[in-house]
Amino acid sequence: MSFKRNILDLRKRKKEAQQGGGEKAIEKQVAMGKKTARERIKAILDENSFHEYDLFVEHTGRDFDMEKKVLHGDGVIIGTGTMYNQPVAIYAQDFTVAGGSLGLMHARKITKIMDHALKMRVPLIGINDSGGARIQEGVNSLAGYGEIFYRNTIASGVIPQISVILGPCAGGAVYSPALTDFVFVVENISKMFITGPSVIKSVLGEEISMEELGGAMVHSEITGNAHFFAKSEDECFAQIKKLITFIPWNNAQKALKFPIQQPLIKKNIEEIVPVDPHNPYDIRDIIKAVTDGSDFFEIMEYFAKNIVIGFGRIQGNTIGFVANQPMYLAGVLDCDSSDKAARFIRYCNAFNIPIVTLEDMPGYLPGVDQEHAGVIRHGAKLLYAYSEATVPKVTVIIRKAYGGGYIAMNSRHLGADFVFAWPTAEIAVMGPEGAANIVFKKEIDEAENPAEMRKQKIQEYKDKFANPFVAASKGYIDEVIEPSETRARLIHSLEVSGSKVDQRPAKKHGIPPF
Amino acid sequence: MEDNSSNYQVFVVNNAKYLTLTTTKYDRRKKYQPSDPKEVCSIIPGSVIDIYVTPGQQMKAGEVLLTLDAMKMYTKIEMPFDGVIKSIEIQKGDRIPKNTVMITLE
Repeated sequence: MSFKRNILDLRKRKKEAQQGGGEKAIEKQVAMGKKTARERIKAILDENSFHEYDLFVEHTGRDFDMEKKVLHGDGVIIGTGTMYNQPVAIYAQDFTVAGGSLGLMHARKITKIMDHALKMRVPLIGINDSGGARIQEGVNSLAGYGEIFYRNTIASGVIPQISVILGPCAGGAVYSPALTDFVFVVENISKMFITGPSVIKSVLGEEISMEELGGAMVHSEITGNAHFFAKSEDECFAQIKKLITFIPWNNAQKALKFPIQQPLIKKNIEEIVPVDPHNPYDIRDIIKAVTDGSDFFEIMEYFAKNIVIGFGRIQGNTIGFVANQPMYLAGVLDCDSSDKAARFIRYCNAFNIPIVTLEDMPGYLPGVDQEHAGVIRHGAKLLYAYSEATVPKVTVIIRKAYGGGYIAMNSRHLGADFVFAWPTAEIAVMGPEGAANIVFKKEIDEAENPAEMRKQKIQEYKDKFANPFVAASKGYIDEVIEPSETRARLIHSLEVSGSKVDQRPAKKHGIPPF
Repeated sequence: MEDNSSNYQVFVVNNAKYLTLTTTKYDRRKKYQPSDPKEVCSIIPGSVIDIYVTPGQQMKAGEVLLTLDAMKMYTKIEMPFDGVIKSIEIQKGDRIPKNTVMITLE
């Protein structure tokens, strides 16, 4: 009899707390084209799998009349559930409750679910939609941020951490996503910046909109802070659900194996690539020609387009692809592309995902801006990441492999397990045009017709070095293969690398050129 | 993949010419301009608190030209070498962005 009363009381309390900021605030959220925090969690997780914790947590603000305010759940929802029947931990900031602002108890709820995710070795998904620090709580809210950043760092490389930006994420708040593995943004909804437009206007007098300063496309294309861009929340959730199929649940596991499929690309693979190394093509067509079902899930599609990274499967196993993109900036390496690829290589290495590198690049991007932007230290990240990686590493050289770029793109010298080259591969210190000018400078300068002589010498150099056979004669590449054999070679080389062990000296950690 | 071939540009790396597309960020890069030692520029955005010199004034290296309030800090801008003030391009109270020419010297 008394039980019933208690249960009804519990139900009433739950119902009230689950309203978040109440009807009006929810209406406002919907009017902005946004889903509520609870709807977002439901959209990501398996149906009816979500279990919430800390629903009755209350804030601890005692100043500025905060003690009179009730903030349901203190503006954040935490819990566990499943994706594809596998456990995950999740939190979602609730913008309808005090603008999702972060106070001490709000942060405590987030760190509680983070601690759980790390202990249970399951992925953590964080949905960010918050006006920032709850200023009324003073240093307590800063403490909260710091405790989140610390846990992001400790969990890094142990469990997958996914950040979904579905609203504002400003000031200190941006650093939690920045410390996680993958950041998802949605057009017109996501806004990320350290100092917002109003501060910039008051200090500098510069006017800029939120979208132009830190909107979804800015972070996808210009800053490289975001990994996945979507036009709607639903598209974003579909991307998350796809990503999660490619990655293992923690760093002690391998990604789930899928049924083997043949590539769907019917075209002969060599028809994709122009024989003239000066002409472009889309490297993603080559990736799709070798992956199961021609499926390639690209990461950072809009940032540093001159290198392509992403996941595909070969014989049902997840593979990380790193490939120069001749379609953009001739596929050169530069600060941004080195940065983009290096971080991805470290991700793959941390989570036991073999790496396949497709190489076709003319060298590093020349220019004062690149040199002054630190292309030396950014470029070094790529060397570091490949050398450090102990997962199976296979390289296919398609056309150009010149100079420092040849070394950087997972060459034998950095520890590649297998290096294959198409007969169109050119492995040399630089392209024939540049090399001839140096090697045959005297002959060209002294010739009666320098232009003619130059042409002749370029051809001479081409005949001698613009092929894979010099490198093959030294064992730097293992085999020159026909393009149509590429998938078969990748399958075999990855199969025989399945139990790879590559021991490194014990150390706390290396010192990569961050 | 849409056909972008009409947008291909010629891109030169080590004397070789490649056909390719460019990126927004690449197109927006600024051309390098060597800095002129005779221009005293702001290296941080801020507000001009006070100016202590006038055109024609003879100055020694290290003497203070003006005070800039930037990031809640009063920064004193000093004369880089012995010389004469040629012109003053700012006024007391101005809010200036980074890389603004404040004073020219001769």
